[in-house]
Amino acid sequence: MAREEVNNEIDEMLIDGYEVQQGQGGDTTLPDEFNANYLKLYYGKLFPHADLYKWMSYGNDGKHPACDPSYLGRREFSYTLDNDIYVRFQSFNSAAELENSIKDKCPFKIDIGPVYSVDPSKRHAYAQSGDNVFTPVERELIFDIDISDYDDVRYCCSGADVCLNCWPLMTVAIKVIDTALRVDFGFKHILWAFSGRRGVHCWVCDAKARKLSNEGRAAIAEYFRVYKGNENSYKKVSLTGHALHPFLARSYTDVLKEFFETKLLSSQNLLSSEERFEKILEMIPDQSVTSELRGKWQESRRSSSVKEDINVVRWEQLKQLLQSGKYKAQRLHRCVEEIVFSFTYPRLDMEVSKHMNHLLKAPFCVHPKTGRVCVPIDPNHCEEFDPTTVPTLSQLLEELNREGLTTDVEGEWNKTSLRSAIRLFRFLFLQPLLEACKKEIESSYNAKLKQSKDLLSW
Amino acid sequence: MNNDCSDLGSQEKKAKMQVVRSHTHRASYPSNDAVSVPTIPLYRSAPSLEVKLEEFESFAIDRLRVLKGISDGLSRGKKPEEMATLVKDLWKANMRHQHASEVLNKDIISHFVLRLVYCRTEELRKWFLSMESALFRYRFRDQSAEAQRAVMEEFDLPYKAISNVEYEGVKDKLVQVARSLGQNSSTVDAIYYKVPFEEVPELVAGRKVFLNQGFAYVAMSQVVSLVATLFRSQLSKALILTNRKWISSIRENEKHRLTPIVEAMSSSYLGPDYSQPREYGEITLKDIDQVAKSSFPLCMRHLFDKLREDHHLKHGGRMQLGLFLKGVGLNLDDALAFWRAEFSKKVGLEKFEKEYAYNVRHNYGKEGKRTDYTPYSCQKIISATPGAGDQHGCPYRHFSEENLRAALSTMGVNSRAMEDVINKVRNRHYQLACTLTFEALHGMPSSGINHPNQYFSDSQKIFQQKVSSRLQLIFKPILVNCTSSPRTSNKGYGCGEANEQRRCLKGGETSMEGFFSLSSFGYRKELI
Ligand code: SF4
Ligand SMILES: [Zn+2]
Repeated sequence: MAREEVNNEIDEMLIDGYEVQQGQGGDTTLPDEFNANYLKLYYGKLFPHADLYKWMSYGNDGKHPACDPSYLGRREFSYTLDNDIYVRFQSFNSAAELENSIKDKCPFKIDIGPVYSVDPSKRHAYAQSGDNVFTPVERELIFDIDISDYDDVRYCCSGADVCLNCWPLMTVAIKVIDTALRVDFGFKHILWAFSGRRGVHCWVCDAKARKLSNEGRAAIAEYFRVYKGNENSYKKVSLTGHALHPFLARSYTDVLKEFFETKLLSSQNLLSSEERFEKILEMIPDQSVTSELRGKWQESRRSSSVKEDINVVRWEQLKQLLQSGKYKAQRLHRCVEEIVFSFTYPRLDMEVSKHMNHLLKAPFCVHPKTGRVCVPIDPNHCEEFDPTTVPTLSQLLEELNREGLTTDVEGEWNKTSLRSAIRLFRFLFLQPLLEACKKEIESSYNAKLKQSKDLLSW
Repeated sequence: MNNDCSDLGSQEKKAKMQVVRSHTHRASYPSNDAVSVPTIPLYRSAPSLEVKLEEFESFAIDRLRVLKGISDGLSRGKKPEEMATLVKDLWKANMRHQHASEVLNKDIISHFVLRLVYCRTEELRKWFLSMESALFRYRFRDQSAEAQRAVMEEFDLPYKAISNVEYEGVKDKLVQVARSLGQNSSTVDAIYYKVPFEEVPELVAGRKVFLNQGFAYVAMSQVVSLVATLFRSQLSKALILTNRKWISSIRENEKHRLTPIVEAMSSSYLGPDYSQPREYGEITLKDIDQVAKSSFPLCMRHLFDKLREDHHLKHGGRMQLGLFLKGVGLNLDDALAFWRAEFSKKVGLEKFEKEYAYNVRHNYGKEGKRTDYTPYSCQKIISATPGAGDQHGCPYRHFSEENLRAALSTMGVNSRAMEDVINKVRNRHYQLACTLTFEALHGMPSSGINHPNQYFSDSQKIFQQKVSSRLQLIFKPILVNCTSSPRTSNKGYGCGEANEQRRCLKGGETSMEGFFSLSSFGYRKELI
């Protein structure tokens, strides 16, 4: 297996060794590989167990009589352990249980599933009773966006690799989806997180989102879908009608157009070589337009001035031609938009969003391949997020060691570069969420009280 | 629980209403005596009507024909406009009643009976839910604006049309959405409802509405989607409740009377009954090889070939083929000769006479429960679960793709048609696959295969037509007459004998836990 280099003794020694080294002012670098013993330390000293617990409780851990004490215990957690052993249907009844289990099992990956009608670890007992009582009842609305789904529009990397030239595609996805979730759907409590390697995850945690039926989830996912075709056919955007739907129009004018024209064109050299511009010409369903452009571009290869970016120049030519009165054909009037959408519009993994029982990796996990922590991303400043500087497990442990034994009231993490990530999680996401949960619990309680009063006076 | 009993007249009816307690409306249909707007009932609560046992059954069967027709249309990928016409025609053809006043009752009664029939498994519920929702949707679309509004009111929709001020505020966006759907800005609706987006999932999915802060702006012309969603979710919940009631009491309480009807109905086949071939001796032993090649559907062709090859078939195969052969008109003597010729080669003459001949005769006999001796419908064959060594079942369903391809090419299906057939199979549309095979082999469109014997008689008809049209066009009308109407009778599920038995029960009327009050003879109603 890939992760075989686990050595207990060495790890214990490393910690001690550190202080020695530090005292000598020596090198403090840890070996970079992901390692089960580092992970143990990470879960022991840095992982924000309490925050995860509070989040997953959605206010039901309070004293209020309307709290549902069974709530957390009905949530499925699943672990991927060393050697790819996958354990599903773990459940916990308290903060301590959750924390102890994570520390004890030291999972390489923690996935979060739905809240079921009954405790998932006791599902077999209920299965006997015949009636289908073991069923998911609540689940955050989730989205999973993966850079590897953009391989046909990025030339810098492919597969799981990602660099600063293609990462902005993720930034654009966050902006488009986040805005729509808030403005169109009215959701407020949205958590974006780096998936640790090649993409982002989104958790919509409003009560209304958590209670959506599968049908409602599918409807939202479909609302976001503009690509037709599947794995076997070229991904194609086709925009019909006399106008763009307001959501698409907003996405286009506010985000996609500018990103495409000022960033992606040049960073991916979309029109610089014949092979690449042919791909764009393919999207124009008119022979005369494509041959005119092709002619121009093949000649101008050498003659164009050095100062101007050839991609931008050619894009302007394309736009001019398509939007000039010369080719007014109905099917061409959407072509510029279609090209921009094809290259920049978010590509969601639809299946993840459509069903309640899909599992998704918990934030603050460490990606076993990259060693990077799945930190939250602030959607309002997502362009500042740099996946290549996300703290890694070894970096965090170094920082911890460097700080030595000084204790921090907040917790050990406060001394490391995890600080900003945890603060972001707490203040931008968790606090407002818990306030809303509290209000909701109270108002549902009051409604019930009122109802029972009404009954009495009946 | 407490506020409903008062408005009930008779003492007897009180008990029934217990089940209806959670509803505020006693009757689900509007009692608009003055306005005779034909509204669609919402089936909120079981009606407090008395139903004749015959009607219990026959109304339900009529509705089932409508639902099956819808199901068929949907699985053939009919477009919304085509579906609208189809539903209209189906409804007209099946749901009329000679007394205009009874039309609404028939509608309601048939719905509630089928609820009982289709509440019993997840799969049945799913099917019923889809078909009833589709039915509702198309019926609603067909109503006048006034009637539509009446239905909306009936639903207690908490949504109001948006005010002028609000409308002006979002008008640009609404126009934009309408234009994105290909409408002209001049035809944009003036009435919009503001609805939580999750109430109109299909409009959201298609980006057919403007969304803002969690609300969808639904045009009057789109209201059908809103109403249909509500209808669906209410029915879905109701079916679960009915199921509980069925399990906890109805099934047991009604085990001698309604339960057999209910259980038979969900698997009932609604086409013509092929147990009595129109003319006995239609085919004879000497023709059989030839007609097997030309006119047997794949399931029978396969059994036939296997029998000829192995000189044996296991029980399931013998039943499936034997009854089919009876249906196509092989008389008893020929049937005996046929089976004897094959089986004796394997098990010997003596053993055949001792162990198998009886069964062949029995299939032709009249004793016992008749339903078992009716040729199997596609539905029954497709839902069979053949085990090791079994040859029965429907090849489209039970063969591997490889074996199916081989079998089809032996039948003479060309490679282009083959891909279409395989495609249907992959989408689990087995009868459509069979229909396409039929069409490919006969070079003629088919109305859809529902029964192996129908496959056979349709095929024969085409061959005869081909012959006759070559000879004398004059005879054509006569041949067309041969088509047996699909709506001949309600045979095939409720047997006379069982009816007898039910009548023997004392007490013509029983309250089905508020589900229905049934009168086997229907006196009560007529007396009142
Ligand atoms: S669809 Fe019906 S007739 Fe055709 S093979 Fe299957 S069972 Fe036989
Ligand atoms: Zn890259």
